[in-house]
Amino acid sequence: MKKLALLAGTALALAIGAVSGASAADKLKACWVYTGPIGDFGYSYQHDQGRLAVEKELGDKVETAYVENVAEGPDAERVFERFAREGCGIVFGTSFGFMDPELKVAKKFPDVKFEHATGYKSAPNMGLYNARFYEGRYILGQIAAKESKKGLAGYIVSFPIPEVVMGINAFMLGAQSINPDFKIKIVWVNSWFDPGKEADAAKALFDQGADIIVQHTDSTAAIQVAEERGLKGFGQSSDMIKFAPKAQMTAIVDDWGPHYIKSVKAVLDGTWKAGDVWEGIKDGTVHMADYTNMADETKKLAEETEAKIVGGWNPFTGPIVDQDGKERYAAGVVAPDGDLLGMNWYVKGIDDKLPQ
Amino acid sequence: MLEAIILTVITAATPLLLAAIGELVVEKSGVLNLGVEGMMVMGAVAGFAVTVSTGSPLLGIVGGAVAGVLVSLIFAFVTLTLVANQVASGLALTLFGLGLSGLMGESFVGQPGIKLQSLDIPGVTSLPFVGKILFGQDILVYLSFAAVFAVSWFLNRTRAGLILRAVGDNHSSAHALGYSVIGVRYLAVIFGGAMAGLGGAYLSVAYTPLWVENMTAGRGWIALALVVFASWLPWRAVIGAYLFGAVTVLQLHTQALGIGFPSQFLAMLPYLATVIVLVAISGNRRATLFNTPSSLGKPFVPDR
Repeated sequence: MKKLALLAGTALALAIGAVSGASAADKLKACWVYTGPIGDFGYSYQHDQGRLAVEKELGDKVETAYVENVAEGPDAERVFERFAREGCGIVFGTSFGFMDPELKVAKKFPDVKFEHATGYKSAPNMGLYNARFYEGRYILGQIAAKESKKGLAGYIVSFPIPEVVMGINAFMLGAQSINPDFKIKIVWVNSWFDPGKEADAAKALFDQGADIIVQHTDSTAAIQVAEERGLKGFGQSSDMIKFAPKAQMTAIVDDWGPHYIKSVKAVLDGTWKAGDVWEGIKDGTVHMADYTNMADETKKLAEETEAKIVGGWNPFTGPIVDQDGKERYAAGVVAPDGDLLGMNWYVKGIDDKLPQ
Repeated sequence: MLEAIILTVITAATPLLLAAIGELVVEKSGVLNLGVEGMMVMGAVAGFAVTVSTGSPLLGIVGGAVAGVLVSLIFAFVTLTLVANQVASGLALTLFGLGLSGLMGESFVGQPGIKLQSLDIPGVTSLPFVGKILFGQDILVYLSFAAVFAVSWFLNRTRAGLILRAVGDNHSSAHALGYSVIGVRYLAVIFGGAMAGLGGAYLSVAYTPLWVENMTAGRGWIALALVVFASWLPWRAVIGAYLFGAVTVLQLHTQALGIGFPSQFLAMLPYLATVIVLVAISGNRRATLFNTPSSLGKPFVPDR
């Protein structure tokens, strides 16, 4: 029994050690809080890839730590507080639901730097960062409209939050720029992550005549169904080409590495300031996987659009008309970021009714 | 279209059926193992790992079953030998399985799997409509039905099945008659583990050939509910699993048709159907009591 207790104690010490590490005085400690497991090959996985990129880039100058599977909400507070007490120089909260607990801890520890992803509350020592995934979705829409023989794509989605609605609209605007009559069928699976259900949704959409599948859910299941059926689709969050060498045309890859490296470097140099960054393709935060399995002409078009976006053009540039025929943005007007982050309406041409 | 829907329903129902039929035998022996989700997810990770390492999905399936058995043995040892609380131990097994599978599967995340081949009999599988549905499935689909048939026959037509039911209905009497209550229950729990492992392996090898943490996404819990839904009758478990699969798939189809029904309501339907059937069944108290193993969940300590 004593032995067992000793063993348990050692394991506990090791576990704590793995999280805290022994920080040398001259090293900066950068810490991450993830909401999911890093093994989801989706959202949290990509954030962790960003952490690894920091380690690789800055080597001996930093040490990193992370905690995965942290529930969103008040419970996250203790994780942030522990990191702050353990000498982290900068703490990244990677999910929307960490906003309030992180802010609370940030106010308590003014000397520690905090950054929060996808939220809207900040403090002098808590900055914001997010990625313009919709830029990539506009390109997907153009590719889909070019490559679809039936003019119909299936779109698998998780929850009706602005981020997702923004993605659907961007996709549709892209598709309509090529084929004004392009249609999509939307299926909500009410989950970020359920491979079986995502696969079933993909099958249902293909069976109903779609020949291209788009997803805003995290697993590789849907694109694998496309591969099996000899149809096409897009990867999500990660480059999924290994799972669908013949079906994936491109993928929107979240690449948080550049931002993390920039932020950590700024802390090292003493130039860090709480910012509000919403970066996209231009900054490398949103990265398009290789354009493959499509006609050369489509590839050229996709590259041109990508270049246009890098050049500063916003896919949400008017005229944009909503589902009910109301003009939301006049010709030439760019939708302000605030509108995008609160988007709860569909653009014209989408037959689905948005769940409210 | 109907053929396509039926094909999708079969793949959605099979993992549920495999796990449910195993748990049914476990509960018939008087043991309540709430760790189905944990055993399934272990089966999924082991099935995937073996498939990728050996290149053989068939070996992967065997690996999934073995993993299910190994974790179920932990449960058996804790609840049967050490007589710990079955509910708490089962819940712990689920948490343990989810954690351990994540750890074991870390290096397999992001690797494509190999899909289990479906049956293809020249000339027969290509028959219109029935060909693909009856003769174009993978081995686990056929196995799930074979298991239902075997379990039904075993429980009702064999002496060993009678003993298992006796142990589940009244373990003191069974013990007094000289049967090894603990031995029978060990075997039942092992069978349940193997079937849950197969159900998990079906997910990672046949349904969606990939591994990610928590990929069972609650299917173990549905399998548990199906056992009650089936009121411990094997063939009703088939109906339950296929009904559940059908409602799940149909709600996706209705959405894609753009009928404009709230998706949250549609997503709720499979569970609603389960609740309604449960209520309908429990309305008939005598029939329910007749099939319910009376010693379910009660610990057994041999008095001599």
